[in-house]
Amino acid sequence: MALIEIDSVSKRFGRRLAVDNVSFQVEPGICFGLLGPNGAGKTTTLRMLYGVTRPSSGSIRIFGIDVGRNLRRVRARLGVTLQQNVLIEALSPEENLRVFGRYHLLREPELSRRANELIDFLELRSHAEVPVRLLSGGFQRRLAIALSLMNRPELLILDEPTTGLDPAVRVTLWSRVRELQAQGTTILVTTHYMDEAQRLCDRVAIMASGRIIDEGAPAALIAARLARETVEFDCTAAEEPLFLDGDGAGAPRLRVGRRLMVYLRDATALAANVRHRDPQDARSLVVRPTNLEDVFLSLTGTKLEATE
Amino acid sequence: MNKWFRRYAIYDMRYAISVWQRNAAMYRRTWWLNILPSFFEPVLYLASIGIGVGGYISEIGGTSYLHFLAPGLLCVAAMNGASFETTYNIFVRLNFEKTYDAMLTTPVEPDDVLVGEVLWAITRSCIYGGCFFVVIALFGLVPSPAGLLVLPIVPLTGLLFAAMGLAFTLRIPNIDLFSFYFTLFLTPLFLFSDIFFPLEDRLSGAWLWGAEVLPLLHPVRMARAAFRGQAAAVLLWDLGYMLVISALLLAWARRGVRQRLTS
Repeated sequence: MALIEIDSVSKRFGRRLAVDNVSFQVEPGICFGLLGPNGAGKTTTLRMLYGVTRPSSGSIRIFGIDVGRNLRRVRARLGVTLQQNVLIEALSPEENLRVFGRYHLLREPELSRRANELIDFLELRSHAEVPVRLLSGGFQRRLAIALSLMNRPELLILDEPTTGLDPAVRVTLWSRVRELQAQGTTILVTTHYMDEAQRLCDRVAIMASGRIIDEGAPAALIAARLARETVEFDCTAAEEPLFLDGDGAGAPRLRVGRRLMVYLRDATALAANVRHRDPQDARSLVVRPTNLEDVFLSLTGTKLEATE
Repeated sequence: MNKWFRRYAIYDMRYAISVWQRNAAMYRRTWWLNILPSFFEPVLYLASIGIGVGGYISEIGGTSYLHFLAPGLLCVAAMNGASFETTYNIFVRLNFEKTYDAMLTTPVEPDDVLVGEVLWAITRSCIYGGCFFVVIALFGLVPSPAGLLVLPIVPLTGLLFAAMGLAFTLRIPNIDLFSFYFTLFLTPLFLFSDIFFPLEDRLSGAWLWGAEVLPLLHPVRMARAAFRGQAAAVLLWDLGYMLVISALLLAWARRGVRQRLTS
C-alpha cells in the first residue's frame, strides 16, 4: 500500500486554480521529489497533505487515513519542515526542541532524551546552549529539521530544505536525510536544485501551473525525453546553422538566452566542431551528461525545438 | 465557517497547554524586557497622581485619594498584561515569525492555539496584577481580608482584554495600527473608567448611562467594591458584561484564527 495517495486533487483560491487535478502516490521508504518553478503549486500541495489547506475536490490518504477525517492522527505521525525557519530566537536549540516536542505531547524524560538525540544527529552539540539568534543559517536550518523529527515521523515533508544554504551545508544536510531514509523514513521534498533531486530522489514529479506534467525515476525521465549527452555553448540563433551543420543538424536543442544546449547520443563530433571553430573557447563549451535540469527546462521553460 | 475543520478540529486542553508552555518558556528568558514598562506604569501613576496630586485631595468617595486609586490601577495592570500580549506579540507570531504555521504541522489545531494564547494572556495579566497587588499591599492600601476578593477580578480583566486584543489583532493588516488601539482606545479607557475620579460625580443622565459601554469601567467598579467589602446589584451587571463581551469576541476571534491559519 502506498504511504501517500493523492487522488484527483484540486484547489481553487477564488478564481485561481492553484492545484489542478493532481494525482500521485508515494511508496513507503522512498525519497520523492516535487519539482517545479515558483508558483507551480508545490507548497499548496504540501499544505493539503498536512491538512491546513483543504482540497476543493479529490481525496488525500496518508498512512491509509483520510486526511480530512482524522487530521490529528495523521499529523502525529508526520514531520514538516517549512520553507521559513520557525525558531524561538531567544532560546537555545535544546529549549526549542523541548518546546516543539510538547506540541506532540512528549513528556519528560522522553522529551529531553529525544531532544539530545537530535542534537547529536544533526550535529548541533557545539551550539546546543547558545541562543538561536546567534547561530548561522546552516545551524538554524538543521535545527528546523530537527524540530520536525521530534515525534519520530514515519513521513518527513521538507519544503525547499536547502534553499539559500552554502554547498557544504547542503551536502551535510542531505547526508542526514539519506540516513533517515535508510532508517525507514519516507521523504517528500520540494527543491529548486535539480542536481540534488536527481542525486537523492528515487522518484520525482514535475509540476507546472498546478499540474503534474511528468513523473518517474530521474534517470527514466531523462531517457524518455532527451538523448544522454549534452553539448552546451554560447551562440546566437543566427549562428546555429554554422555549428550544427552536419553533426547536430537534426538534434533536439534548447535555448536559454545566448546559451544553446544540444542533446545527442554521442557528443564527440559536435564538440570537436565547436572547438574547431572557437579555438579560444570564447563560447564556454561544456560537454556533460544530460540531467534533470534539461528535462525540467524542456518541460517548463524554453520550448524544445526539434527540426525533424 | 469551514465545516470541514469545525467537524474535525476538536479542541483539546493538552494541546492548548503546550501552546501556553511555548510562551512560558520564552517569557522566562525575556520577562525583564516585558515586565518593566507594563508593570511600572501603574506604579508610577500611583506615585505621581496618588501621592503627588492626592496630597491636595483630602478625601474622595469616602477614602483617601491613594486608597481610591489603588483598585482601579490594579485593573489597569491586568489590562496591560493581556493587551501587550494579544497585540504586538501575537501579531509578530502570526505575521512575521509564522509560529502558528509551524504549530499546525503538529497535532495542534487552530482552536488549541486560540485557547493556549488566551490562557497565556490571562497568565500575564495575573503576573502584572499580582506584582501590583503586592506593591499596594506594602503601601498598606489593601484592606484585610476583604481586599483578597479582588484577586479573581484580575484574570477576568485579563480575559476581557485578551479577547479584545485578539479580535483587533486578527483583523488588522499592519502593525502600525496598534498605535490607534493604544492611543485611541486603551488610553481613553484608562482616563475615563472611574479610576481617577468617580464618573457619577461628573456625569449625569444619558452620559452616565453611555459610560457603561466602557469595558474597563466594569472590573474597576468590581475591584473597588471588593476593597470596600460592599456588594451591590450593579456588580452582577458588571460581571455579566465582562463574561458576555469576552465570549462574543472570542467566538469572533475563533473564526479569525481559522481564516488566518487555514485555507
